Amino acid sequence: MTGAAKYANDNPAPGLLHAKLAVSTHAHARILSIDVSEAMRIPGVLAVVTGQDYPVLTGSPLSDRPPLALDKVRYVGEPIALVVAELESIAEMAAYRIQAEYEPLPAVFTTEEALRPGAPVLHERMSEYEKDEEVYPEPGKNIANRTKIRKGNMEEGWSQCRHIVEVHIHMPQSDHASMEVRSSTAEIKPDGKVFLRTASQSPYAVRGAVSQAFRLPLHHVFVHTPLVGGGYGGKAAIQLEFLAYMASRSVGGRRVRITNSREKDMMSSPVHIGLDSTVKLGCTADGRLMAADIEHRYNCGAYADRGPIMSRAGAVDCTGPYRIDNMRCDSLCVYTNHPYCTSFRGFAHSELTFAMERAMDSLAKEAGLDPLEFRFRNAIGPGDTTPTQTLLTRSTVGDLPKCIAKLMSLKNWQGSSSPHKDGPVVKAIGYSCFWKNSSTPLNAGGGASLVFYPDGTVNLQCGAVEIGQGTRTSLTQIAAERLRMDVGLIHISTDIDTEKDPYFWKTVASRSTFLVGNAVLRAADDAIEQLKRLGSLVLQGLPEDLDVGYGRVFLKARPDISIPIARLAEGVALPNGRTVGGGAIIGRGSYTMQNLTPLDPETGRGVPGPEWTVGVQAVEVEYHPIDCTYRLLRAATVIDAGKVINPALARAQVTGGMSMGLGLGSRETFYFDSNGVLLSPQFRSYKLIRYGEQPQYDVEFVETPHLEAPYGLRGIGEHGIIGMPAALANGLSRAAGVELNRLPLTPERIWRTVHDPF
Amino acid sequence: MREPMPAADSVEMEVNGEKRRVNVRASSLLLHTLRNMLGLTGCKPGCENGDCGACTVLVEGLPMKSCLMLTAEANGRKVTTIEGLANSPATYAFAKNQAFQCGYCTPGFIVNCEGLRNAYPQADLETVRLWLESNICRCTSYEEIHAAVQEMLAGYRRTP
Repeated sequence: MTGAAKYANDNPAPGLLHAKLAVSTHAHARILSIDVSEAMRIPGVLAVVTGQDYPVLTGSPLSDRPPLALDKVRYVGEPIALVVAELESIAEMAAYRIQAEYEPLPAVFTTEEALRPGAPVLHERMSEYEKDEEVYPEPGKNIANRTKIRKGNMEEGWSQCRHIVEVHIHMPQSDHASMEVRSSTAEIKPDGKVFLRTASQSPYAVRGAVSQAFRLPLHHVFVHTPLVGGGYGGKAAIQLEFLAYMASRSVGGRRVRITNSREKDMMSSPVHIGLDSTVKLGCTADGRLMAADIEHRYNCGAYADRGPIMSRAGAVDCTGPYRIDNMRCDSLCVYTNHPYCTSFRGFAHSELTFAMERAMDSLAKEAGLDPLEFRFRNAIGPGDTTPTQTLLTRSTVGDLPKCIAKLMSLKNWQGSSSPHKDGPVVKAIGYSCFWKNSSTPLNAGGGASLVFYPDGTVNLQCGAVEIGQGTRTSLTQIAAERLRMDVGLIHISTDIDTEKDPYFWKTVASRSTFLVGNAVLRAADDAIEQLKRLGSLVLQGLPEDLDVGYGRVFLKARPDISIPIARLAEGVALPNGRTVGGGAIIGRGSYTMQNLTPLDPETGRGVPGPEWTVGVQAVEVEYHPIDCTYRLLRAATVIDAGKVINPALARAQVTGGMSMGLGLGSRETFYFDSNGVLLSPQFRSYKLIRYGEQPQYDVEFVETPHLEAPYGLRGIGEHGIIGMPAALANGLSRAAGVELNRLPLTPERIWRTVHDPF
Repeated sequence: MREPMPAADSVEMEVNGEKRRVNVRASSLLLHTLRNMLGLTGCKPGCENGDCGACTVLVEGLPMKSCLMLTAEANGRKVTTIEGLANSPATYAFAKNQAFQCGYCTPGFIVNCEGLRNAYPQADLETVRLWLESNICRCTSYEEIHAAVQEMLAGYRRTP
């Protein structure tokens, strides 16, 4: 707001060196040689690093990626060398002088090409890759993971269906497009300690990955994360951190920064996963879903990164929030010679939802049912089971029928939803329901500590990164509520230091307020216990007769007999010479995921996460049949938030997600040429929604508490995005009278579909 | 010591009300000079291509993307960055309407809005749209930014 906020690249310092990448110009090729001599001759160049200098493999759950290409390149833009120089401009210039000689190999760009028998294999040595978490790669093929879901009896299911549809969808890869490009700085002290400053959503995972890749003791790696200028999942990946370390090592440990250009951020760093999917769906004559057969083929690009976990998430929640007792799903994570992918807001859910919800609209049309009524009838609820056969309760699944009912009661959204002509334009509404679980490792967790100061204020320390979502504000509210004190007296910094702040798994999956929030509650309870014990010594009452609140410890029966917490923090000298309190009062707490189980590799049976957030979304479009253009008029979300902690932040998270989802639905995509070169690595060719294009937003909340969460809250940070591409496509399909199953829905794409629907 | 830099040119400009003299290469961008030599890092690089508006500054009161301007071109001119706009009506309106999330694009938006206020204090909706479509915000839906701009301009729209 004032320019004072510091992000990762905002501390220019004397002596700071700069690193820049040289990247592959081939989509798939063997590296024959890399000649760095010309680059090294440029004055100001200090070092050049290539993959041969660090033959390590990184990546979780599948270690398939060298930080700098080794032997082979697998996408255009893949880093092949790193130049360290005194000035950024010199490093950039030198990077272009690095000469690599390649032997081109045949490339695959679509999941269809990659899965064809005899297709060129990207990772010949897949069977040697280290694995963690649940991942099932298929060596010899381009399949990094396959998740299988088998539930009920398919034959019986299909036999009960009166209406059956089959839908094929395509969602392309795209970009996170954070306004802040990725930037990492590394320095290695003479004693071997490594200091990293990085724009990351997962500083603790960075610490672990850097320590593991370069065989450093964990306690020798320190990660500092200041404010992050937008993440959306893209900064949960670990890439530049490895490179910054390698760059610093190449110049004797001096401080080196590597900051992406916008173009490199899009073509070299990890992007948003794509999906090709086939959904076969059937219902009875009266519109009850009986069977589903789904095949997802996620396009994860050249390396797996979080792709296998995303393809698993795509299987776990493949049906959307509907009860379907007979179903099967195969969800594949497919390698192609495109930029590699990492987590993206919604974590494979806007993709699976696009597939499922297009099928839902097609089936409703086939069965002659109103699309929203059809969804209402099939909404999942307590007593039903999910695709992974998790038995649901009100606490774990929330209340989708209530969300739908609330949407129908909203002023702007009542009445007929059928498309209608309005002069030369057609107005139409499209709907989508969504749900999402969190796909975390079974042991994801975090800690928190509360330090009491002698001026009556409290310092909250925790590892949840501020990426603009307001988590840290919500966490202070949670602490204030439990300690019964003014939120203004609870301080929280914007930066994370892995050295000082308690561990937190990663700031992803809409799980920070749940995991860290529970840790904060436990820290507050721990502090309250300590304060009561100290208070009992001063007030001469039993701890159980005391209470804490409003900055004081007091007798429950006589609140006027009390002692300020500030004085206990300072230390109270008793007449007998003993001192109560003082030193430091520190409440500590931690929380880890509970009751999750691994999924059975053959049937997918298991408990994937603690709860599902459900909701319904709608988009109204104004479509011009003459030129296939359209305007976004209104968009709505009704979401079961469990409990809204901060109404303004909650609405902002949901509308922000909706805006991003409308972007994915309407325009965002990567355009490649036939050699796999990204043609749209800039904001003038990669289009984002701009001011003035936003529709009118309606957001409403339903509150069905999740019993394990602080105050019953559910994750909402990602969910606004999930149903928007589907709702937009459903609305436009109804308006244009054709099935629009390929994103993004540019006027050209609609025009092509209208004029050549097959 | 080897000197990697070619001979530098001296540029004098008025930045946030203070006279500043810097020695820069002819090819130096105003964005980099403000950030790396004057420490004004509120001016954010987002694309360095004129597409995103995060680096917007005021030059003689009008918005300019500082990645599209050579430092040499600012010689003798008045430059205002976000650091020089503390307590401005736009800053106040953005804070009040929570018109930001990660905050990275916010300085550019505020500077642009201040430029708009200077140039068209009674701007209508279409003028506002034309001005603000030069900046990108990836976090918000623009709803809050719209509310902030309307509030900022409301005082000027009243008929006297």
